[in-house]
Amino acid sequence: MEAIRLIDAAQLKKDRGGFAPGDTVKVSVKVVEGEKERLQAFEGVVIRKRGGGASASFTVRRISYGVGVERTFPLHSPRIDKIQVMKRAVVRRAKLYYLRQLAGKAARLKEKRFVHVPASGASGETPSS
Amino acid sequence: MAMKEGLIGRKVGMTQVFGDDGNMIPVTVVELGPCPVVGVRTTATHGYDALQLGFSPKKKNVTRPMAGVYKKAGIATPMKVLREIRLQKTEALQPYAVGQTLTAALFTPGELVDVVGVSKGKGFQGGVKRHGWSGGDQSHGSMFHRAPGSIGASSDPSRVWPGHHLPGRMGGDRRTVLNLPVVRVLPEQNLILLRGAVPGARGGVILVRKSVKQTKTQQQKAQGAK
Repeated sequence: MEAIRLIDAAQLKKDRGGFAPGDTVKVSVKVVEGEKERLQAFEGVVIRKRGGGASASFTVRRISYGVGVERTFPLHSPRIDKIQVMKRAVVRRAKLYYLRQLAGKAARLKEKRFVHVPASGASGETPSS
Repeated sequence: MAMKEGLIGRKVGMTQVFGDDGNMIPVTVVELGPCPVVGVRTTATHGYDALQLGFSPKKKNVTRPMAGVYKKAGIATPMKVLREIRLQKTEALQPYAVGQTLTAALFTPGELVDVVGVSKGKGFQGGVKRHGWSGGDQSHGSMFHRAPGSIGASSDPSRVWPGHHLPGRMGGDRRTVLNLPVVRVLPEQNLILLRGAVPGARGGVILVRKSVKQTKTQQQKAQGAK
């Protein structure tokens, strides 16, 4: 069992913390097109974080051309280049599934201002607001 | 019958790892070896070709005859498990000598292996679980649910044919899983990661050997699975 814990720990990435449900994040995903590899951004609200260890994952929801799109990423996936926190928001639950029923103005979240972003947290900018 | 080189190991458990392409791969972690060669069986002397391997050092309750076997082979500690692995040809034995130790480095990632183990005991089970019978309707007025039903004809044989499928003890059988791709090999830690499941409970002793039969498609798939 100890061996499994070590194998799991070896796969964790250190730069994958520092964000919580409700935050708006920009996930840079490595996409392989033919021979080339490029980064593709997916920006939206984190509506769920689940699991622990190497199998932990999170779901980002965004409205794309009027259609709600949700993408679930393995938190420690080597395909994710970086996760930037764009905005933080005040939410009162861990899973924001209620956002699926809301659209437009109703789907806004109250922004958290002047928050301290831990240095070890998400790579990239702190909310500039 | 095992006809390729293999090692004795112990199932540690299952987990998931990221593959080279970034996809999650379900893997079984196996503590594999080190296995000292305790004996070599040759057609000339013994009538068959095999490697006799040991696994897992035994510190307590070593009988004198067993201690003698290991002393003769020049191995410091007696082993808990002693097994023979049959090889097809006498020539296949040549790289191996008594007293030598085999490790997980015998395998390389991408290679296909077969795993032999004893499946988990399930106790006394009915036919639906044990033999995959369909069973009857649970509702719609059905009065036949999971019972065996007819077990043969009437007065003609006046008996049940031998070997008829019936409820009984299930599991605890020697089972072989063919062609599991090796995902990762960690020789320093004596660990190997195999894609997919392996027979038996965690801590069970298993035999991992080089795959004995495979199709071309399987070989290609194994290369991709790394």
